[in-house]
Amino acid sequence: MKNSMIIGLLFACAISTSSCSSVKEYQKARLNDAEMTLSNRRVQKTETSFQVYREGASGANGGKTGGGCGCN
Amino acid sequence: MALCKLIASFSQSATDSSHYQSRKLSIDEINLVSSYYQQNGNNSAVTGGIGTEKLNDISNNLDIRLFMFDRKKRKNIFDVEIGIDHYTSASSDKIDLKANSSASYADTRIYPSVNWSREHEQKGTTIGAGLSFSNEFDYQSKGINLLFAKKTADKNGEFTAKLQAYLDQVSLVTPTELRSGGGFGEHEDYGTANRNTFAASLSYTQIINTRLQVAFLADLIQQNGYLGLPFHRVYFTDGSVHQENLPDSRLKIPLGFRANYFAGDRLIIRSYYRFYTDNWGISAHTADLELPVKINPFFSISPFYRFTHQKGTRYFAPYEVHKATETYYTSNYDLSSFNSHFMGAGFRWSPVKGVFGIAHLQSMELRYGHYNRSTGLQSNIVSLNLRYK
Repeated sequence: MKNSMIIGLLFACAISTSSCSSVKEYQKARLNDAEMTLSNRRVQKTETSFQVYREGASGANGGKTGGGCGCN
Repeated sequence: MALCKLIASFSQSATDSSHYQSRKLSIDEINLVSSYYQQNGNNSAVTGGIGTEKLNDISNNLDIRLFMFDRKKRKNIFDVEIGIDHYTSASSDKIDLKANSSASYADTRIYPSVNWSREHEQKGTTIGAGLSFSNEFDYQSKGINLLFAKKTADKNGEFTAKLQAYLDQVSLVTPTELRSGGGFGEHEDYGTANRNTFAASLSYTQIINTRLQVAFLADLIQQNGYLGLPFHRVYFTDGSVHQENLPDSRLKIPLGFRANYFAGDRLIIRSYYRFYTDNWGISAHTADLELPVKINPFFSISPFYRFTHQKGTRYFAPYEVHKATETYYTSNYDLSSFNSHFMGAGFRWSPVKGVFGIAHLQSMELRYGHYNRSTGLQSNIVSLNLRYK
């Protein structure tokens, strides 16, 4: 379990540091596509909410962290 | 149809922010998200880990985003949101075991919030603050949050820090057979307990190249107070019934990673992974993959699959397994060990002339998902998002 976490983190670090190139505003057409947002979609609002209720694990998704409702 | 007319009636006040920096408060966008959720299972915490978990929930959420530029040409965004959920729950009906349809069978939750943020484009910084409130019969919450974000010099990366605090009150609605007087009283008779949540959320997003961007997410969440629910029963090995009892402190640490990749001209790969751990002994791995395919520039289909493996809390045991010698105990299967699968598809439609020909109704998104947990719980959810801009 620990090994898979370390491999995952190393992979994440590798792709985020080794191959970065500065992207200009006019080159961001694909990145600015509505499907490319780095967060949950708005239509997922209730979905995220029920997952917070039905699972003990929550957070790290830019949304609910556990307070504000009678959930876990 | 009435909704379409309502949305269309706002259209004259819409302003294109890319060409004109309005100092007048203008509508940026309005979103309506409506969902229907239904679940069923046979491990209700209200009846000690056995019994129906049947639940239906209708949720509506209206979010109005307004903006204005101030004298220093900083963009101020105001988000005004109100959500209303109405649910019926066969399990919470069993707070009174003799009831067939008691007062706890249905409830409505109302949760308004207001958020403000100010973006300084030259400096690449954003600051913000917000207030939230939530009210249902047995639970009230007041929330506050503060936000700070800073972009890197080349504007390809952004660091965000968000602090959140929720000051909640749980009404101590006890199972009827455990009440000293028996039977239902008025709401004021129940008494309340506090539950406080303090969360620090950090994230860093980075553009890797013209097709790939990633985000690292980390939360540190501390909860104090009454962290169980008073109407959750636990049956011991000797057959005696008790209220769920959980520690009054919980530290949660979720770490997330998101990567979105635009492959070719039509396919997008949206991926997400989260590792979660807390000091109740719960740990979990969650992986999510979504593949939006652009059928044409205005219509896309997004199949998705989410998998979670959760190792449950040390305080969990099923019906009639807990012993009287234990300090903490719960039979809530949401805190147990399980695997869960969630799959479905979303459809996004954003025609040039507007959805149904309404110019400012920019997009419509419909999404369906089926959830299957190895404990036997199954649920379905369908959601609709209408976006006016």
